Amino acid sequence: MKRKWLSGPYVLWMVLFTLIPLGVVFYYALTDSMTGEFTLSNLAHIADYWPIFLRSIWLSIIATLICLLIGYPVAYFIAHCKPSTQRLLQMMIMLPMCISFLLRTLAWVALLEDTGIINNFLTSIGLNPLPLIRNNGAVILGMVYNYLPYMILPLFTVLMKIDPRLIEAAEDLGCNSRQVFSRVILPLSVPGIVSGITMVFVPAVSTFYISQKLGSPGTILIGDVIESQFKAAYNPNLGAALSLVLMVLIFVCVGVMNRFTNDEEESMVTL
Amino acid sequence: MRRINRIFTVIVFFFLYIPMIILAVASFNKGTDIAVFQGFTFNQYKELFRDSNLLRLLGNSLIIAVISSAVATVLGTVASVGIHSMRGRMRSAVMGLTNIPMTNPDIVTGVSLALLFAFVGVLLRINSVLGFWTLLIAHITFSLPYIILNVMPKLSQMDPDLKEAALDLGCTPVQAFFKVILHEIMPGIISGALMAFTMSLDDFVISYFVTGSGFVTLPVEIYSYTKKPIQPKVYAMFTLIFVTILLLMVAMNLLQARDTSKKLRRKEASR
Repeated sequence: MKRKWLSGPYVLWMVLFTLIPLGVVFYYALTDSMTGEFTLSNLAHIADYWPIFLRSIWLSIIATLICLLIGYPVAYFIAHCKPSTQRLLQMMIMLPMCISFLLRTLAWVALLEDTGIINNFLTSIGLNPLPLIRNNGAVILGMVYNYLPYMILPLFTVLMKIDPRLIEAAEDLGCNSRQVFSRVILPLSVPGIVSGITMVFVPAVSTFYISQKLGSPGTILIGDVIESQFKAAYNPNLGAALSLVLMVLIFVCVGVMNRFTNDEEESMVTL
Repeated sequence: MRRINRIFTVIVFFFLYIPMIILAVASFNKGTDIAVFQGFTFNQYKELFRDSNLLRLLGNSLIIAVISSAVATVLGTVASVGIHSMRGRMRSAVMGLTNIPMTNPDIVTGVSLALLFAFVGVLLRINSVLGFWTLLIAHITFSLPYIILNVMPKLSQMDPDLKEAALDLGCTPVQAFFKVILHEIMPGIISGALMAFTMSLDDFVISYFVTGSGFVTLPVEIYSYTKKPIQPKVYAMFTLIFVTILLLMVAMNLLQARDTSKKLRRKEASR
C-alpha cells in the first residue's frame, strides 16, 4: 500500500474548496454581471478604488509596525521567564482571542465614543471631550488591539528557541549587550518577525468590521468595499475583481517577506 | 532594563484586557447604555437564560465547531501521514495547497466560497444553497491547514525506528499506526484540534459570506445586532463564555504543570 494516497481525500477536498473557488473568483471577475459575457470592465473599474487600496495598505503597515514595536519587548520578556510563567503568560495572550472580536471592538467603541467612557470622564472633571473615534488613529488602534497577539506569539516561539549559549559566546567574545542584541538575537528572530508581520498585515489590510465601527465613511477600507459589493450593492463581479486584486497584492507582499527567510515550509512558525 | 520591560509588559497585558473589563462590567449594568453604569444587577443573566433564541444560536455555533473540527482532525491527520511519506515536488505542491487558506485573507476565502456556492446554485437551479452544509464545508476547509501544520512537525520529530520496531514485532501497518504513530503525534493532533475548534467557534468573516438565513451562528448574529442597539444580555453571555474558557485554560495549565513535574521526578528517579 502506498502511504501517499492517504492524503488523497484531503487533496481532493482542498482542490474542490480552495483552488476551484479561486477559479470561480477569476470567472466572476472577468464576466459581466448582467449578460455573463467576457469583459475587462470590472478590472478597469478597480482604478476608481486605488485611493482606498492605498489607504488600506498604509494604515495596515502602520498598525503592523506598531505591533512589532510593542510585541517584540513583550515576547522578549515572556521568553526570559520561568517555563511555568511562560505558559501562564502565553495563555493570557491567547485568552482574549477566544472572545468574539466583534464584541471586543464594540467595547472599544464604548470607550472611545463622543459620549463614551473616556469622554464622559473628561467632561465630568471639567475638560473638553476629545475626538477619539471616527478617524484613522482609531482604526489603527483597533487593528493593533485585534492582531497584537498574532505578532507576540510567533516572536515568542522564536525567541524562546534561541540557544542561551550563543548569547554567552557572544558576550565572551566581547560583545556588549547592545551588540549581542543586534548581532545575535535580532538576526535569529527574523523568522518570527516575518511570520508575525504576515499574520498581522494580512488580516489588517482586509478587515472590514474594524473600520466600520471605529472609522468614519471617509476612512473606509478595501474590505468594506468588497463586503458592500456582496451584501449591499450586490455586484459580485466587481467584488470578485476587487478580491482578486487584494489577493494578488497580498501574495506579492507575503512572497517578498518570505524572501527574508529561507526556511522550509514546515519550520513555519505556527501558534 | 528588565524592570522597564516588565512594566511595559504589564501595560500591554492591561491593554489586551480593557475590552474584557468593559464587557464584564456592562453585563452587571442596570441601564442599557454600555458607557454609563447605572447600578448593579444580575438581571442580564436571568434574561439570558430566558432567551431561547440566543441559546439556540450558541448551540448552532457549538454544533458547527464540534463537527467541523472533528472532521478536519481525522481528515487532516490521515493526510499528514500521507504527506509525510511524499518527497520533492509533489510534497511542496501539497504544502502549497495547504498554505493557500493560511495566506489568503479571510474575506477572500469567504468571497471565493460564496461565489462557488452561488455558481453551484445556478448550475443546479436552486435559489440559494447557503445554509448548514455550506457553513460546515467552509469551516472544515479553513480548519484543515491548522491540523496539518500542527501534526506534520510531530511526524518529522518522530523516530522512524519506532514504526520499524512495531512492524518487526508483528504489527500490521494499520496496527502500527494506531498503536505507535498515533500515540507519538497525539500532542500535535490535540493542539491542532483545539485551534480548529476555537477558530471555528469565533469565526465571523468567512461564516458571514457563506451563511444563509436558515442557519446562523452566534458571531454572524452579533454582527446584525450591532446594526440595531445591542442587548446587554449578550454581554452577560460573553462574560460567562470568557469565565468558562478561563477556567478550562487554568485547569489545562495545572494538569500540564503536574505532568511536567511528574516527568521531571521520573527522570531524576531513573538516574
